[in-house]
Amino acid sequence: MSAPVTKQRATHYETPGRILDIRREFPILSRKVQEKPLAYLDNAASTQMPSKVMETITAYHEFHHSNVHRGVHQLSQEASDLYEGAREKVRRFIHARDTRQVIYTSGTTAALNLIAHSWGNSRVGKGDTILVSNMEHHANIVPWYMLAKRTGVQIKVIPILDDGTLDMDAFEAMLDPSVKAVCVNHVSNALGTVNPVRTIAGMCRERGIVSVIDGAQAVGHLKVDVQELDVDFYAFSGHKMHGPTGIGILYGKLPLLNEMEPFLGGGDMILSVSFDNITWNDLPFKFEAGTPPIAQAVGLGAAIDYLNGHDRTFLYDYEQQLLSYANERLAEVPGLTFIGTAPQKAAIVSFVMKDVHPHDIGTILDGEGVAVRTGQHCAEPVMDRYGISSTTRASMAFYNTFEEIDQLRDALLKVTELFDVTD
Amino acid sequence: MLLTNRTKNLYQEVILDHNKNPRNFRVIEHPSHTAKGHNPLCGDKLDVYLVLDENQTVQDVSFVGDGCAISKASASIMTTIVKDKHIDEVRTIFRGFHDMATGKIEADEDPKLRRLRAFSGVRDLPARVKCATLAWHTLDAALKDEEIITTE
Ligand SMILES: Cc1ncc(COP(=O)(O)O)c(C=O)c1O
Repeated sequence: MSAPVTKQRATHYETPGRILDIRREFPILSRKVQEKPLAYLDNAASTQMPSKVMETITAYHEFHHSNVHRGVHQLSQEASDLYEGAREKVRRFIHARDTRQVIYTSGTTAALNLIAHSWGNSRVGKGDTILVSNMEHHANIVPWYMLAKRTGVQIKVIPILDDGTLDMDAFEAMLDPSVKAVCVNHVSNALGTVNPVRTIAGMCRERGIVSVIDGAQAVGHLKVDVQELDVDFYAFSGHKMHGPTGIGILYGKLPLLNEMEPFLGGGDMILSVSFDNITWNDLPFKFEAGTPPIAQAVGLGAAIDYLNGHDRTFLYDYEQQLLSYANERLAEVPGLTFIGTAPQKAAIVSFVMKDVHPHDIGTILDGEGVAVRTGQHCAEPVMDRYGISSTTRASMAFYNTFEEIDQLRDALLKVTELFDVTD
Repeated sequence: MLLTNRTKNLYQEVILDHNKNPRNFRVIEHPSHTAKGHNPLCGDKLDVYLVLDENQTVQDVSFVGDGCAISKASASIMTTIVKDKHIDEVRTIFRGFHDMATGKIEADEDPKLRRLRAFSGVRDLPARVKCATLAWHTLDAALKDEEIITTE
C-alpha cells in the first residue's frame, strides 16, 4: 500500500473556549465509540440535546404531566400552560405574528403531509402543476406524488446546477399560470445548499402561488424569520434543533390555514360533535387531533430557550468556520470529490471517494469513533442528478470542534490507505 | 497504519483483492438462470447469471453490479466457489454461510466454509450482514425461479 499523501497542513485553528464550555452541556458528546472519543458529525440526521432540555422534559414528567386542554384540575392546567407556553416560544423563535399560526405536528414529515392533504386535496387538480426542487428530501417529494395520485395534479422538477444551487432561471421560466405550489427546502440535507427562500417566496407571491418551505435543516442553524421570508408554509422538526424527537412545527399564513380542512379527526380538533354536524375547533387546534406530544413540545420550548441563551450569530459564524476548515482538510484526502459546492452552504459536507463505496467508508469511520451518514440521505433524486448511488456526509453543529474534523480527515486517510486510493 | 481490530477483521486482504479485481465480473448472454439483487439500505444492486447443465451443476456463473467492498467481494468469491458444484451443494454452502455471517455458527465449524471465513467479521456489524449475503440471496432467488419453471 502506498503511503498517504500528506500535503501541507492547513492553518491551525483552535476551538474557542466558549465552544468547549458548550460541549460540556451535551453529555453524550463525551462518550466513546469503539474505544475512541466520539466525533458526532451526523447532525443533519438528528442533533443532540443539552442537559437543560432533558432536565426540563424530566421535570415535566415528574411534576406536571397530565393531558392538556381537558381537565379542570391543577395538573392539567399546568400541563396546558407549559404546552401553550412552548407554542409561544416557537412563535417568537420564528417570529410568527400569531400563535394560531404555530401548529404542532410530530415532525417535518407530518407537517408536509398535512399541507398536501389539507391544502392540496381541495386546491389542485388536473391541469395544475406543483413544482418540487431536485434537491428535496423524500419528505417534500412523496406527499406531493401521493397528492398527484389523488387529484391528477402534475409534479415538475426544478433543476439544480452542478454546484448544487437551484437553477433560478429555469425556475422562473417554469412559473406559468398552471403552477399552484412551489416546494423547496431552505437548506438541503444532502448538499448543504442554502436556498434563496425569500426570493423564491416573493416570486411565488407575485403570481399567487403558494410557497411550501421545508426548514428541517435550517432552524437549528440560521435565524429564521417567517415574516421576513414571507413564506406561506414553513415546516421543521424539534430533533434537528437540539430538541426531542416526535415534535415538529407547521407554520402557515392565517388565511390559508383558516380555509383548510383538518387533516386528522379526533378529540381536541372539534368544537362540537353530533352525528349530524361537526364544528371544527379554532386554529391551531383544528390541526391537532388527539393527545399531542406534550412533553416533546415542552422539550422543544426548552431547546429554543437553550438556543436563545447563546449568541446565535457567534454559533452560526463558528459553524461556517468549521465548514471551511472541513473543506480545507478533506481536500487533502486523495481521490475525494465534494458533492455540493454552492456558495451559500450550511455546515454540511457531502463527498464521494474514488473506488471506495460510502458504506465501507462509514464502517471504517465508525471504527475510528467518527459518526457520519452514508447512503442516499432520503434524497435519491439528488444522487441521480449527480450520477452516483450514495455519498458520505459529515454534518456539523456548533458543538463540533476543529479536532473532530482532524479526526474525520485522519480516519479518511486510513480508508485511502486500506483501499489504496490515489488522486 | 493503526486500524481497529474490527476494521482489520472486516477488510481482510482477500476481500480487498476481490473488491479491486472481481472475478467473473461479466454478463452471461444466455444464462439458464438470472436474478437481480437489491439492498435498499445502501443502494447496492447486483445481477447474478448462471448456466446449469442437465445434471443441475453450475457450468458458468457471473455477476455485475455496484456495491460496497463487502458485497462485491462476496459476489466475486461466491462465483469462484459455486462453479462446477451441484445446486444442492450450493444451497448447503449458502445456508452455512448465512449461519456464519449471522453468528449462529463459528467460521471453523464447517470445512466447506473455509474460503468464506474472511466474511466472519460481519457478525459484529449487523448492518453489514446484508452486504455479505446479498449475492448469495440473489443466487438463491435465481435458482428458485428455475424450480417454479421445472415444476410446471
Ligand atoms: C431537509 C429535510 N426535510 C425533511 C426531513 C424529515 O424530517 P423528519 O424525519 O423529522 O420528519 C429531513 C430529515 O432528515 C430533512 O433533512
